Amino acid sequence: MTVKLTIDGQPVEARAGQTVLEAARAHGFRIPTLCYHKDLSPTGNCRMCVVEVEGWRGLQAACVTEVQEGMVVHTQTETVMRDRKLNLELMLANHPMECLTCEANGDCELQDLAYEYQVDVPQWGFKGNRYPVDSDPNPFIHVDMNKCILCRRCVLACAEIQVRDVWGVAQRGFDEVIVAGAGTDLLSARCESCGQCVAYCPTGALTNRMEIGVGRTYDLEKITTTCTYCGVGCQFDLLVKDERVVGVASNPEAPVNGMALCVKGRYGWDFIHHPERLTRPRVRRYLLEGGEKPKGHQLDENPPRAWDWVEVSWEEALDLTARKLHETRRQYGPDSIGIFTSAKCTNEENYLMNKLARQVLGTHNIDHCARL
Amino acid sequence: MTGLVASYGSGAMSNSMDDIAQLAEAFFVIGSNTTEQHPVFGTMLRRAVRFRGAKLIVADPRRIDLTEFATLHLQQRPGTDIALLNGLMHIILQNGWEDKAFVAKRTEGFEEFRETVMRYPPDKVAEITGVPLEKLYQAAEIMAQSKPMAVMWAMGITQHITGVRNVMSLANLQMLLGNVGVPGGGVNPLRGQNNVQGACDLGGLPNVYPGYQNVTIPAHKEKFEAAWGVKGLKTEVGMTLTEMVPGIETGAIHALYIMAEDPAVSDPDSAHIRHNLQQVDFVALQEIFPSETAAFADVLLPGASFAEKDGTFTNTERRIQRVRRAIPPLGESRPDWVIIRDLARRLMALDPARFDWQAPHVGWDYKHPSEVMDELAALTPIYAGVRYERLEKGERLQWPVKDETHPGTPILHVGQFTRGKGRFHAIDHLEPAEGPDEAYPFIMSTGRVLYHWHGGEMTRRAEGLVKVYDEPLAEINPDDAARLHLDEASRVRITSRRGAIETAVLITERVPPGMVYTNFHFPQAGANELTQAVLDPQAKIPEYKVTAVRVEKVA
Ligand code: SF4
Ligand code: SF4
Ligand code: SF4
Repeated sequence: MTVKLTIDGQPVEARAGQTVLEAARAHGFRIPTLCYHKDLSPTGNCRMCVVEVEGWRGLQAACVTEVQEGMVVHTQTETVMRDRKLNLELMLANHPMECLTCEANGDCELQDLAYEYQVDVPQWGFKGNRYPVDSDPNPFIHVDMNKCILCRRCVLACAEIQVRDVWGVAQRGFDEVIVAGAGTDLLSARCESCGQCVAYCPTGALTNRMEIGVGRTYDLEKITTTCTYCGVGCQFDLLVKDERVVGVASNPEAPVNGMALCVKGRYGWDFIHHPERLTRPRVRRYLLEGGEKPKGHQLDENPPRAWDWVEVSWEEALDLTARKLHETRRQYGPDSIGIFTSAKCTNEENYLMNKLARQVLGTHNIDHCARL
Repeated sequence: MTGLVASYGSGAMSNSMDDIAQLAEAFFVIGSNTTEQHPVFGTMLRRAVRFRGAKLIVADPRRIDLTEFATLHLQQRPGTDIALLNGLMHIILQNGWEDKAFVAKRTEGFEEFRETVMRYPPDKVAEITGVPLEKLYQAAEIMAQSKPMAVMWAMGITQHITGVRNVMSLANLQMLLGNVGVPGGGVNPLRGQNNVQGACDLGGLPNVYPGYQNVTIPAHKEKFEAAWGVKGLKTEVGMTLTEMVPGIETGAIHALYIMAEDPAVSDPDSAHIRHNLQQVDFVALQEIFPSETAAFADVLLPGASFAEKDGTFTNTERRIQRVRRAIPPLGESRPDWVIIRDLARRLMALDPARFDWQAPHVGWDYKHPSEVMDELAALTPIYAGVRYERLEKGERLQWPVKDETHPGTPILHVGQFTRGKGRFHAIDHLEPAEGPDEAYPFIMSTGRVLYHWHGGEMTRRAEGLVKVYDEPLAEINPDDAARLHLDEASRVRITSRRGAIETAVLITERVPPGMVYTNFHFPQAGANELTQAVLDPQAKIPEYKVTAVRVEKVA
């Protein structure tokens, strides 16, 4: 069923049951939002999306108002603009002016709207921080409720996406605050550290600890890729600065997972630059100096010097490996060689391992740990 | 996934996570700790239960997190899945709840199957499995009344001596209920590592060429001989991983080339594995970290992480997705495809006369993984239409992708099974290879936890993950803990017939009395010191889920 209405003088068609916000956005009208997110239930509490409807009393929150036949909507009247700006002023009156150092700078919906509406931050406002700046020991999530605008996206993301109900709202009025569990810390409130709440938070109240201070969002390159951990195959963007991976961001277009990730995908990336990464080929000393390979119990506690690692060039390492495999093949036959390919590597790499085993060496002795 | 191949003709997950989460009326999750092993899919199931009232039956010896959302939790004794499933199917048949039209039209082997199932009356099944009678009836009723129902499982089903038969049993159940080839239904093995599916798809198995083209069939041999320009490809299957390592001792295997695998940690009966790896003539290991296996390697070739290379992964629902190079390889490390290519070229140069250099795919001149994809697509019918250009355009491809215009296949077995008719198998319950006894009174099961992955090579090097979960823990029931005088600060020694480990404990109702649960993410207390190399006779999967152990307090 379609519904006909008018938005800013333009006739548009909407689906019955759509909200004014959805209908307007579908037709390219810009209505600002803070608490609304298309993945979450609308609550109408931030009142940034207010519009005027002819014949209706007061302003309506477009995210919770359903379209009606013949409705005439205005999204940009003077009253509307004034109301939005006042809302922003009230939010900012209570907000630390720390954009200079805030992790969310450049990636903050509050900041963007303050700019768009040219809000004058009221002088009577901010009375200093009311909460500790780093109030939760979670190793992945940095919590600074001073910057919270009480939009409740975190509450909804945890309840509706993660279905874990960690975040809630405590107190009323000026003291209203977002808390984990019954006012404990995240992990005690059964947080799974998925970071969904961080991904949906529009401000710097919830940020990713591992990304603090490593780069402004506009200085980071984003490369869409697929998670290296489990078979769900979530996609996300790797954030890169100066040839280093410095973070992971949800990519709303990800086919399987949308914005959702688990703790490993979102926060398990720092192994990439771990100091133990192997960066040069190595071979055992006996291979360079000749002599027998130490075997069996010789390798148990204190292996002989012949078993020391020696770093070599790629040429040397590859030549040596090829020669060894070639000799083994000649002496004991193709089936004396075993190939372990890997469920961690790409399709192309697995195909090539299979081709190497079968075409080049002539053996079907190839397997990987699918079974384990 | 041998069991599913025998039943349906394809071993892969039949449905998509999305259609299951959106459309299944009920979920039956057995042997999958979904919220910890496949967390994002786990949350999709939680959403379906909470927001659209889908029913959830969890069958697991442990009270895993997902049971919190379950309509029904069946806590079967480890190793009794077949009895449980036969019991449920018995009740379904007794009440005439089976999908008669589906069974008649699309399946075969029903009569023999029926006879077997009829030998599993509910009271007998309750006794074998420890699941109360009324729960068996409730479960069967939910299954019969909620259509479609999707079945999901993971290693909890396959890592048993009866793994293949467990899977066939689940295949039986879904045929009986007519839940195959429909959205929201199907048989859905959740693959563990990110690209297990792709490794299986593309020839990383001893019995098949890429695309599950069996090596024993002469036509396949001829096809690949012609494509690759070689003669004499064998028509006997090769050795599995769990055969190759012991093959060192027997003199069958003299050299190993290992890419990004850590058999010294992830294989069963670690002591025996290490003994073998110390004897082999040559090991080339390609890895990003000095893994436990590196101690046995003669050559170490530094590969690159997923962030440093281009390629594709295939997820558990057969979806082919791009992996993109975000940074250059660290130091002198190289993408694995480059290393394999350069090694292959050298090997061929040592023996050029063996190859027909006119053959279409004899060479190794790849400059980019997309060229490898073009070649494998030409030789692998299920990947025939996969191209980087299509993926870059945002096309969402799940195999089989039959040609360059084919849109892919989100659901398998629609209208017809891959093998034609679906095959019922008559499956009997078998006691696990190693039951508890006086000397080893506990059953130990192994698995994963949310914060770590597999042998832990990557997650143990991720700072935050280690902060939250920094040591191996053995889960033990409060009753057992009280008997052994354990508290949260205690350490225990767990001893099996093969070895012993020491670990801290987590006292929790998650495990029933008589069971301990450990993980294999930490080498200092690797659970695989204890596990046995008893393999499922068909799939050659080790029995990780049932090991008899003794538990003693050490501090
Ligand atoms: S990290 Fe995930 S589980 Fe924890 S509070 Fe945020 S949304 Fe909830
Ligand atoms: S913490 Fe962030 S998401 Fe949560 S209510 Fe505050 S501003 Fe909104
Ligand atoms: S983010 Fe988590 S659920 Fe998603 S693929 Fe990675 S490990 Fe699996």
